[in-house]
Amino acid sequence: MSTFVSVLAYGLADGAILALAALGFVLIYKATSVINFAQGEFLLVGAYMFYTAFVVMGLPLLVAVVVGVVVATLIGVLVERLILRPMIGESAISIIMVTIGLSSLLRALVQMFYGTNPRSMPAILPRGSVDILGATVPLNRLLVILVAAVVLTAFTLFFRKSRHGIAMRAVADDQQAAMTQGISVRRIFAMSWALAGVSALIAGVLLADISTVDQNIAAFGLLVFPVVILGGLDSVPGTIVGGMIMGLLIQATGTYWEAGLATVVPYIVLVLILLVKPYGLFGETRIERV
Amino acid sequence: MAMTATGVHHRSYTSELKLRATRAEYVRLALMGVLLVVLPFVLDNYWMSIANTILIAVIGAVGLNILVGYTGQISLGQGGFLAVGAYTSVILSDRMGMPTPLAIAFAVIMTAVVGTFFGLPGLRLKGLYLAIATLASQQIIEFLIRRDIGDFLTGGLGYINVERFGFLGFQVGGRDVFERQWYVILAILAVLSVMAARNLFRTGLGRSFMAVRDQDIAAEAIGVNLTRAKLTAFAVSSGFVGLAGALTAHYSEVVSWEKFTLQVSITYLAMIIVGGLGSIAGSVYGAIFITLLPVVIRNVANAFESAVPFLSNQLPAVQNAIFGLVIILFLIIEPRGLNRLWERIKEYFRFWPFRY
Repeated sequence: MSTFVSVLAYGLADGAILALAALGFVLIYKATSVINFAQGEFLLVGAYMFYTAFVVMGLPLLVAVVVGVVVATLIGVLVERLILRPMIGESAISIIMVTIGLSSLLRALVQMFYGTNPRSMPAILPRGSVDILGATVPLNRLLVILVAAVVLTAFTLFFRKSRHGIAMRAVADDQQAAMTQGISVRRIFAMSWALAGVSALIAGVLLADISTVDQNIAAFGLLVFPVVILGGLDSVPGTIVGGMIMGLLIQATGTYWEAGLATVVPYIVLVLILLVKPYGLFGETRIERV
Repeated sequence: MAMTATGVHHRSYTSELKLRATRAEYVRLALMGVLLVVLPFVLDNYWMSIANTILIAVIGAVGLNILVGYTGQISLGQGGFLAVGAYTSVILSDRMGMPTPLAIAFAVIMTAVVGTFFGLPGLRLKGLYLAIATLASQQIIEFLIRRDIGDFLTGGLGYINVERFGFLGFQVGGRDVFERQWYVILAILAVLSVMAARNLFRTGLGRSFMAVRDQDIAAEAIGVNLTRAKLTAFAVSSGFVGLAGALTAHYSEVVSWEKFTLQVSITYLAMIIVGGLGSIAGSVYGAIFITLLPVVIRNVANAFESAVPFLSNQLPAVQNAIFGLVIILFLIIEPRGLNRLWERIKEYFRFWPFRY
């Protein structure tokens, strides 16, 4: 029972971070139909930016968060403006490849300035632990779930209620129709990249807080693909459900079966979903069967 | 679009099917041939080893371009397929005592079979979904090799030492002749692969690949069997990749999983992007460019070590950054790669002094 509870806590914490990372991915895909292979590197850059502001420059936590958010927004907008906008209308392979090039560039830049050694960061979330049903669960994992839940709810409300959110959904649905309604598609594109940058920053900082600040954060980003395929490539609720399922699955495999298998199980699930239900649990089925 | 030079009139189907129509093209081909023959006499061992790496990369890049550039099926699984070729060949030749050339042939077939299996999702999925499916195949193959259940592949060592390459009494020699003898073997195989690929696209099968890429539904309407075309594309392409993998293993004389990671898949994709998608010549240019890039950066960094110590201190990061930058810049500025650049240069001189 206690093992089960800790699998639940650890799995949900991982899943919450995965959901946040996947949220950025889905936002970009939904609005601009770009598959962003650099999502993991966004997490990495976000974590290092926050590290720089919080540890290197010694800013207070709240200011550091604001600085991080501003930088993440800027990076997102710049990437969209400089790299993705010239690629509009190119084939899927070119767009995928340009984001792969971007991921290589971002990772190399981080490595150039910060080296490959892991950095330690003073704890942001409290380090204590709580007893739940006989299991000792670290408090920070629980808070990760809480923070992610708050952020994901905020994003969902933003899409449902705010003018910009509704405009983003309109663009995602039909770019031309949105344009005729007077929505600036360009601004929406930039906004999706900025929001993706911010959600990746939050995910990166949370991940750095429960582990360390190092290059492995980028590797974690590859797990976004199983999550979004499970949840459906263009569904925001799908990322939450997909992230949670994937997080639990990874933890459960690692605990009950074997630690090594946990790295490959997500991809096996990914292939199975693609073969059986390619549009995932909540994805929109655009039938394009050949 | 391919243009015909002035003064070339086709009077028969045979002449229209010819790969080369003008004298200039034959001259360039002859120059290439001369260059290939002269290289081993002018290069030292270090540069010969780079030439050999390039030749293997050419075979792999041609294979990948058949799939991605000509058939439009994105594959991030190149590294995994190279591994299948390498391990099959080594296990058959070194552990089961099969003659090496035969083992390499089996490796080609084995990789074609595995490639076709992982191509199955391609029957239902297109574009980005397929890219993600092949990403998964890369991760799964890599995992199987790393874990090596029952120590079947590497006997628990994590790597296999490969015996020196040889067949029918011939054996590749020691340090002084090693690179040159390999160069001859690899150059012959690379030239044969390029010719095979070049000719493939004059056959009905090759044309059906291109039809699938350009408009799959229209292709089906004119009678192309989509299932067969896609799966054969995966098989043919993986066959080339398997050959490249087997050669990597025998040439470098050690096999381990680190040589077949996702990074390798990405490097090969970069080759065909930089060289030119859907162009055999482009695969060759791209293989040369991407293989030489880190070498050139390293030499430049060493040359300026005293002036800019940053470059050589951060060499791997600088190499990766430039690698990423090159991909991005090519895609934005010249998405059709070096091959298109070369064509533009030729056209400029052909039309000179006019602009068009």
